Amino acid sequence: MPAVNVNPTRQELTRLKTRLKTSIRGHKLLKDKRDELMKQFMDVVRENRALRAKVEEGLMRAHNSFTVASAVMSSEAMQQALMYPKQSVELDMTFKNIMSVNVPEYQFKTKNDDPGEIYPYGYAATSGELDTAVEALSEVFQDMLRLAEIEKTSQLLAEEIEKTRRRVNALEYVKIPQMEEAIKYISMKLDENERSSTIRLMKVKDMLLKDAIEEKREQDVKVVEAFGGHPDPEHFA
Amino acid sequence: MASYRIAVLGDRESVLGFKALGLDVFPAESVEEARSTLHRLAKENYAVVYLTEQLAQYMTDDLGRYKDELTPAVILIPGKEGSLGIGMANVKKSVERAVGADIL
Repeated sequence: MPAVNVNPTRQELTRLKTRLKTSIRGHKLLKDKRDELMKQFMDVVRENRALRAKVEEGLMRAHNSFTVASAVMSSEAMQQALMYPKQSVELDMTFKNIMSVNVPEYQFKTKNDDPGEIYPYGYAATSGELDTAVEALSEVFQDMLRLAEIEKTSQLLAEEIEKTRRRVNALEYVKIPQMEEAIKYISMKLDENERSSTIRLMKVKDMLLKDAIEEKREQDVKVVEAFGGHPDPEHFA
Repeated sequence: MASYRIAVLGDRESVLGFKALGLDVFPAESVEEARSTLHRLAKENYAVVYLTEQLAQYMTDDLGRYKDELTPAVILIPGKEGSLGIGMANVKKSVERAVGADIL
């Protein structure tokens, strides 16, 4: 693809060379960034998978307990029991910077610190299965929050890696070769111009020299004749 | 420090228990309802939305919108019918997106 569309001038050449240097440096930096992001990402994803498996298992256990509970209790009674929570959760979000990607970190605050406070109902009208279910759920909740954090992190990192990867590739396979080609084209063109002007000078010099020699010879012949000498120019060669 | 809230979105029976933990529960019986609730929650200060896979399987487009946003983090959880494996598949997908191939 010789779509070199540049002016073959020295100014353009200098400009391109500076740009190439910047691009190569940028490429190296981006590549480092990509590698480091990838390293972080792999750790995050591994944890994400493990945590997700754990959360899904824990939630299934909780759901099973709820099913059992709803078999023992009427659904109205259950809804009534869970209707007004004693506990309330608030979330604080701070940000952590991983390779210039902002990822969230959650800290949650519960209004009540007493772990017994998760049961928002009196024990008289509810079955024990409901207690088990709520307990299972509160156990898995810590992991769920951690899962939210880590899953969001992995999504954000994935996006950033994708972007960085594209940039690295664009530089490596498109921009840098293009610039190198343009630089080569310009320097060839400039060299060619220089050579042709040298040749032109040499030719002109030759022509001038030839004229001068010719003139000199004629003068010599005239001088020799004037002195009655041999007119043969071979003598002066 | 602004404080955020946590929402749980899903069919009534799957999400009922979360109420006891003090989370904000939004029962949604249809996908349409879930969709509009999700968009509403995204505009309010909900940092984390737990969504059941049973609903999420019909909401891929809506979820894609929040994937690259900082908030809310939409996290899929299995509903009472069990896990559909969508959550795991999403983890896999994000690996593919980052690396260009599934390497796990």
